[in-house]
Amino acid sequence: MSGSRVDAHGGSGEPATSMDVAGTPGLRLRGLVRKETLQILRDPSSISIAFVLPAILLLLFGYGISLDAKHVPVALVIENPTTETSSFAVSLINSPYFAPALVRDRRAAKEALVAGDADAIVVLRSDFSRRLRSPVGAPIQVIVNGTDANTARIIEGYMQGAWQKWLEQYSLDEGLALTPPVVTEQRVWFNAEVRSRNFLVPGLIAIIMTLIGTLLTAMVVAREWERGTMEALMVTPVRIGEILLGKLIPYFLLGMGGMALSTAMAVWVFDVPFRGSLAVLLVVSALFMLASLGMGLLISTIARSQFVAGQVAIIVAFLPAFILSGFIFDIASMPTVVQWITHIVPARYFVSSLQTLFLAGTVWPIVLANGAALALMAVIFLGLTRRKTHKSLE
Amino acid sequence: MWGRLRALIAKEFLAVWKDKKSRAVIIGPPLIQLLVFGYAATFDVNHVATAIYNEDSGLAARELIARFEGSPSFETVARLSRDAQIQDVIDPKEASLVIHIGQTFTRDLMARRPARVQLIVDGRESNTALIILGYASRIVADFNNEWLAARGEALPPARLVVRSWFNPNLESQWFIVPGIVALLTLVVTTVVTALTVAREREVGTFEQLLVTPFRPFEILIGKSVPALVIGLAEGTVIIAIGVFWFGVPFRGDLLLLYAGLFLYILSVIGVGLMVSSISRTQQQAILGAFLFVVPAVILSGFATPIANMPPFIQDLTLINPMRYFLVIVRGTFLEGLPAELVYARLWPMAAIAAVTLVGAGWMFRHRLG
Repeated sequence: MSGSRVDAHGGSGEPATSMDVAGTPGLRLRGLVRKETLQILRDPSSISIAFVLPAILLLLFGYGISLDAKHVPVALVIENPTTETSSFAVSLINSPYFAPALVRDRRAAKEALVAGDADAIVVLRSDFSRRLRSPVGAPIQVIVNGTDANTARIIEGYMQGAWQKWLEQYSLDEGLALTPPVVTEQRVWFNAEVRSRNFLVPGLIAIIMTLIGTLLTAMVVAREWERGTMEALMVTPVRIGEILLGKLIPYFLLGMGGMALSTAMAVWVFDVPFRGSLAVLLVVSALFMLASLGMGLLISTIARSQFVAGQVAIIVAFLPAFILSGFIFDIASMPTVVQWITHIVPARYFVSSLQTLFLAGTVWPIVLANGAALALMAVIFLGLTRRKTHKSLE
Repeated sequence: MWGRLRALIAKEFLAVWKDKKSRAVIIGPPLIQLLVFGYAATFDVNHVATAIYNEDSGLAARELIARFEGSPSFETVARLSRDAQIQDVIDPKEASLVIHIGQTFTRDLMARRPARVQLIVDGRESNTALIILGYASRIVADFNNEWLAARGEALPPARLVVRSWFNPNLESQWFIVPGIVALLTLVVTTVVTALTVAREREVGTFEQLLVTPFRPFEILIGKSVPALVIGLAEGTVIIAIGVFWFGVPFRGDLLLLYAGLFLYILSVIGVGLMVSSISRTQQQAILGAFLFVVPAVILSGFATPIANMPPFIQDLTLINPMRYFLVIVRGTFLEGLPAELVYARLWPMAAIAAVTLVGAGWMFRHRLG
């Protein structure tokens, strides 16, 4: 309905004659863009997808997603309390990574672990102090709940640190010479405090922009097909390319607005450093926006119903962006076949560019390779949409 | 009443099933995703691209490097000879780790001075960086112990003996695959239910349904049963693939798992129907479904632990059904979770289901106009 109405006005304000309807390409396009813009402005849900959604999601996830374990609950079993065992207990209590709780025996500790009240068990056996002085040394038994393998590994690392610290202190007190032959010096580049937020927030922006670009367009265009207004548009003199451009331009601007908001929040709300060039960020974001809008248009053109378009958008856009983009899971560690699949996920290139632009700066080899891939995907998706739309009319 | 209820259920089934595209969407993609994500979603780090920058020609340095090269966790991609090259390999992500051994390494070691090894990692992926440093430290620690033992020197007075229960090799897949049961069931059930009422509202058939003798709770049952059947079937297939294809051990009680799955799907149906009955258009319904699915997944403990979240957000996760089901599904798979711990997670889901289903039924009539 709205399609034909705008055609009558033609965006020119002149009385509608047949000449006006045919119009010049520029005028027709302007009319279409105006129609889509009006449609966006009139439906509050589109505006909220572009601005409210990124803000809420970024806040929720920026605070909600963290791989930094702190105050890990530990069930501590001390079978025979001595000065040595209490000095070890104190070193755990003083560590910001652990929240140790003394439990009676191993059984109680096991129950706490299964119930999820403790993520790890530390056992100092009754002969701990005696064996400290023996040549073989005393074992400190650590049991982690391996269900969450990643957290288990992180806890193990923290435990190693706490142990080393206690050992140094103990050796000093006892007057033992304890210098390990090889000492490592660890330097974490780009993210010296190893804040997981610095790594996750740039990736989140890519996920949120995928949602906006693909989901919004997929739904909007599928609705036009469902209601028949797409056919109505097609019988007017406007060309298919113009219809697609008319859809693309307003949503592109909407998406870029969301992008600007997300970047500002990343820097000012989450304190993620931005070390790259803003101009490069703008170009890469624009390419990504085109690719994901193209994907959304293609989905809606093939699905033609909001029900299917919505589902497909979740399945081919959101879930892969979450799992196959390198946002949280390391692509290099995936099986080779899955690594190939990640190459057709636009978010992969965007996540990599964002992480580099935010944390490392403008590294041209990465930015250029990712930018080229995104441009290629945009061309493919938009080209396919163009062809599919054309065919269906014949 | 049963006769007409059956007819209604049959009609709702047909509404999902008759459309070839929507049928395909429910069956194909979730299974493909299970396979892809089951392999992709891993926190394990292997074949770390490593660059070696060795300025020492001594034997000890070569021995230490040989240990890194012999480990399956590391893969040497470059050998450096100048400081400036470190940046050249880290910046474009050609290497994630640079091992730098200085000129005096072997000399220091022989003279019993601390011999320094510099480990430089790419911090852009902070989790991977931590894991790489963990692996590297372990190799160095082993080297130290053997060096000391070979020279008959005293070992440290205490050592850590770490064991991992339920998942001795710390395989991410054992953690992720049961999680995918919860993830895909959530996604499929939500999309099936979120659009049912909204679609009928948009077309106008929902008003027709309301003027029939059907009572709201009958309509509710009619809309819930197909989603419940689809959700249970989907969940069953994924559980079976998890056990037989991925080889994740199943140590708990299948009955408890299904009690959890049933209530989980019911609570998701409640949310889906509520979203659907609030929405005026399908677009709003999909948007609403998204606003539920995305936070529900991210704030569930699926990928990152709830314990790491700030207290306010931890409280917020209490209304997330996926949070409870994740504990049940992972617990029954790996830990053989005791029944009383399963019950403690069943009733919150039952409560969520009751509130959302009643809310949805009420919205059927009161959303008019």
